[in-house]
Amino acid sequence: MKKILFAIVVCLLIGAPFALKPYGIYLLSLWAVMAIAAIGLNLTLGYAGQISLAQGSFVGIGAYAAALLTTQGWPLWSAFVLAALLSLAIGWLLGYPALRVQHHYLAFVTLSFATLVFLVLRNEEWLTKGVYGISGIPRPTLAGWSAKSPLAFYFFCLAILALVAAATWWLVRSPWGRAFTALRENAVRADSLGVDTRRYTLMAFAIGSALGGVAGVLYAPLVQFIEPTAFNLNLSLNLLLMVMVGGAGHFLGPFLGAAVSVLLPEWLRFSEGLYLILYGAAVMLLMAFCPSGLLGLAERAGRVFK
Amino acid sequence: MKEVLQVRGLAKAFGGIRAVDGVSFEVREGEILGLIGPNGSGKSTLFNCILGQLAPSAGEVRIDGRAITGMRPCELNRLGVGRTFQLLQVFPQLSVRENLILAGQEHQASMWARLVGRRDAGLGEAADRMIGFFRLSALAQEKAGALSYGQQKLLDVAMAFMAGPRLVLLDEPAGGVNPTMLAGLRERLREINAAQRATFVVIEHNMEFVMSLCTRVLVLDQGRIIAEGPPEAVRADPRVVEAYLGH
Repeated sequence: MKKILFAIVVCLLIGAPFALKPYGIYLLSLWAVMAIAAIGLNLTLGYAGQISLAQGSFVGIGAYAAALLTTQGWPLWSAFVLAALLSLAIGWLLGYPALRVQHHYLAFVTLSFATLVFLVLRNEEWLTKGVYGISGIPRPTLAGWSAKSPLAFYFFCLAILALVAAATWWLVRSPWGRAFTALRENAVRADSLGVDTRRYTLMAFAIGSALGGVAGVLYAPLVQFIEPTAFNLNLSLNLLLMVMVGGAGHFLGPFLGAAVSVLLPEWLRFSEGLYLILYGAAVMLLMAFCPSGLLGLAERAGRVFK
Repeated sequence: MKEVLQVRGLAKAFGGIRAVDGVSFEVREGEILGLIGPNGSGKSTLFNCILGQLAPSAGEVRIDGRAITGMRPCELNRLGVGRTFQLLQVFPQLSVRENLILAGQEHQASMWARLVGRRDAGLGEAADRMIGFFRLSALAQEKAGALSYGQQKLLDVAMAFMAGPRLVLLDEPAGGVNPTMLAGLRERLREINAAQRATFVVIEHNMEFVMSLCTRVLVLDQGRIIAEGPPEAVRADPRVVEAYLGH
């Protein structure tokens, strides 16, 4: 059953863009990019239980790394390396406060960090061109194959998403995933069983943030123009919502959450000004009656019908 | 006989309250030491100071002659010191088997080798043996949170033994466990003690459990040791009776 469903979704992801207009393809690409960032946050928050309101900042760091490098003529892969390493290192440092504070205190620490990154992107004009943003970000060419067209770039994004998903699948099913879960459920007990909770907390932040950076590297050539407000607190909150709505701690949660967040606004277009109200009300209902998100809801339904 | 645990002048104050007030004792290899005392006498605080959850105000702790004061719980655990907590502490979202594998995996290879190595960190068979030993086989794949309180308690104790520790500190293992299961738990502890020369320190309020399991008993009252000796002698000690019953 699960395998059939998986095959159908994969076929749709590969086939659908051929039937879509460029805007539809753009939305699917955006979904793939946001899903990568949400997968990262799901590691930090869903598996390891460390709340972060700064995932959007890492997307920003990745996007600016890509924009700055590729507009200077560097290849996109160099941006992947730089953004991943930079986000990994900064994410590791951001993990240190989590060793002292938890829950909403940690949320505030990461929120301050998100604000700090936004201010750097806006004010350090010598590096980021400030509010003017960076335009003309080129799309990559891979071994003679150009990913310039929307369709080609979508498949590029989809391939990176598949790689990230496979690596994350391996990670969460490895002993590390088990240690992350233990850290989330009971850090004191985990510590008493030999789990180095300090190191795992930092790793959860570092890996989750690095995936945020990777998503940013794809985001820049997707939209081809970036400016600081795209990476303000809104994006972080949006990513948090994707993880919560999809189902924190479920492997497929971020995929679903990102789809809801990217596609729902389009489907709710008919409602015009009511869109945010409808979306907000739906999220409130979901969180009130099923805090484990859509996949938690599906799991519950599965139990009822069994 | 060889001393596994040495505690010298250990003290812990919370503000003006001396929860542990200069406690010294040793535990010999293979011994099952009972630690009893009225509520608030400092038993759990003593455990937490020995095991690195709390930083002691004064004193020293040695494991196999090696000073361990100030070490983190995870480092101590990897030196072969296991524990259980007073309140039940299993990982409810992990299966029984996963709980046990987790309890042993950090002792296997390095962090990086674990990332690329086998999913069960090579502990699947050991976990299944432990599950069988604690009579939990029918529940191996169940989430720990779905088990009854008594079953979770058995799992909690089993987890402390997954890494084959030299010394295990058990904080009220009998609390809330029904008599039949309790007899089983006592047998399991005895078997492990005999088979692996594992050394135990047991905090317990259930006197029958302590008297039938322990070879020696320490009595703590207001942070100090007031009596020490074989179970029968301690039970008859007037100081102990007074500490428990008051004036």
